[in-house]
Amino acid sequence: MSPQDAERAAAEPRQAVVLDDVHKIYRMGTQEVHALAGVSLSFAEGSFWAIMGASGSGKSTLLNVLGCLDRPSSGRYLLSGQNVARLSDNALSEVRLRRLGFVFQSFNLIPQLTVRENIELPLYYLGWDTHASAARAREMAELVGLAERLGHRPMELSGGQQQRVAVARALANDPAIVLADEPTGNLDSATSEQILQLLRALNEEGRTILMVTHEREIAAYATHRLHLRDGKIDRVEADS
Amino acid sequence: MRSVKFILRDVRLGIKNLLLHKLRSLLTMLGVVFGVGSVIAMLAVGEGASKEALDQIRKLGSNNIILTSVKPSQDEASAQTRTFMSIYGLLYDDEARIRETIPGVRRTAPAKLVRKEGRLKARALELRLVGTTPEWALLVRRPVVAGRLMNHDDIAQRRNVCVLTEYGARRLLATEATIGQPVRIGGQYFEVVGIVRSESGQAGALQTPDQNIDAYIPFSLCREYFGDITVRRTTGSRSMEMVELHQAIVEVEATEQVPAVAAAIEAMLKRFHKKDDVRVSVPLALLRQAEATKKRFNIVLGSIAAISLLVGGIGIMNIMLASVTERIKEIGIRRAIGAKRRQIVLQFLIETVVLATVGGAIGMGIGLLIPGLVTRLAGMPTVVTPHSLALSLGISMGVGLVFGIYPAVRAARLDPIVALRHE
Repeated sequence: MSPQDAERAAAEPRQAVVLDDVHKIYRMGTQEVHALAGVSLSFAEGSFWAIMGASGSGKSTLLNVLGCLDRPSSGRYLLSGQNVARLSDNALSEVRLRRLGFVFQSFNLIPQLTVRENIELPLYYLGWDTHASAARAREMAELVGLAERLGHRPMELSGGQQQRVAVARALANDPAIVLADEPTGNLDSATSEQILQLLRALNEEGRTILMVTHEREIAAYATHRLHLRDGKIDRVEADS
Repeated sequence: MRSVKFILRDVRLGIKNLLLHKLRSLLTMLGVVFGVGSVIAMLAVGEGASKEALDQIRKLGSNNIILTSVKPSQDEASAQTRTFMSIYGLLYDDEARIRETIPGVRRTAPAKLVRKEGRLKARALELRLVGTTPEWALLVRRPVVAGRLMNHDDIAQRRNVCVLTEYGARRLLATEATIGQPVRIGGQYFEVVGIVRSESGQAGALQTPDQNIDAYIPFSLCREYFGDITVRRTTGSRSMEMVELHQAIVEVEATEQVPAVAAAIEAMLKRFHKKDDVRVSVPLALLRQAEATKKRFNIVLGSIAAISLLVGGIGIMNIMLASVTERIKEIGIRRAIGAKRRQIVLQFLIETVVLATVGGAIGMGIGLLIPGLVTRLAGMPTVVTPHSLALSLGISMGVGLVFGIYPAVRAARLDPIVALRHE
């Protein structure tokens, strides 16, 4: 790397995510559905994006592709500079495990595990030892304000608390990107506010956050908004 | 090392998941429980039977052929005449012919059996007098408890000696030394020179040649004192029997020759006896028969156990498939977090193996109980060998592996997106 390049790299924010003409085509019987029809975008590291659109606009598909749960039918997907569009199932699992964290609308905690065990789950697959992962789980629980609930089961917590556990779990593996799929969809406005503040705080610490939502007020917490329509980018807004 | 740790954690997780549904896990295990239980019980009964058979053969002597005089069922001569004398059985000549002419015979021991009361001072015991030669002790090997056995010197010197069994000695004289004491049998005094332990017992259809009320005396003296004729008095009538030899034991040089020698003896007897009055028993044949029975028994029980294990395995597979369906969401979550397919496979496989192994362990407990009950209730001997325990534990783990693979692979094949959306 020449000194000029290094200078430019330092000056320009690095891209967490770059999509280059990504298509996703589903076959339903004889019909082909273009869920994503040529999406090109780039999300800078440390940005907070809201992905918006009506149902059927392709925002879930986009999140699945971004979350490495699904592979694009064509196009390139650079995640921190690495093309992950053609990786094997195994390699994609590895990418999810090391670089991504998920927060879902329905919390998706495992009911038979305690709060601590749920938070430890990514660490378990990372092969951490018991001691270190317990310490990490406590740290994460403190971050979301649930250190007192480590021994509880998800069913014993309120919706907002469950979602905070889910955030703690998403952060346990120290991911580059946190993907949130309608994280407040099942919460009342007061707890929604808490979760969104939490996400914003994470963003301010420098973490990249991608959030799917269809509500404007929710999207307002993000610094950038991407509107999808019929599998294409409709428009992009950014806070000034 | 890391993978071992992973597996240990998965085992812990598996146990935890099974404990969440205690009743269901228990019911799922039942098939394996009974399968393993029956495998162990089967092996124990089979092992016990074969050990018993071997013990019996040892008592009878595997190289021995036992000839026994039997009263022909239709003794026309005695029925028609008024003498009531039935003459049958082995002749002195038969024994000589067998010893001299049939190749492969090493030695023979004749036996005259006479029922007489034995008296030692005030005590009395109904004895079975066995008039025989020193060869007897070589063919029916029994431990000598005290004193010595009858020898050729005794025969040559025409000494009135007898060897008692431990049982008889104890009955006749409980506390004092019996050796050297004179026992009065049928008007004659016999000096007790030795005591042997008897192994009286039944071996299949065969009675062991010795009984615990035996008293062994020199053959020639027995013949001289008690003759060949036995008189039996029953109410109002009396019957007489004339038997030269009640029994003869033939030892064959090598085990392989036993069937051939037995056939030769039978052919010889057929030529010299008009009536069918000698039974030829081959302990070896008994062993073979016992082994064949054991094999049949094992096949039957083995197929029951196999079917039980198969049903058990299918039961486990069924429940694990249901469990996979129930936990689709969990699988989706794990996959989204970054679990690889093989880790999902491992998780479910370990759960199934844990289930089957726990079932196997419970089955082992039952398998250890059943042989005890069989022994107590049916009187059959049973032997639980360590290798049968290891085998059945291995089988149950194998059942878990085999029947766990399909549900586990199905769980891992799920599309994470679909699985996550599942409610």
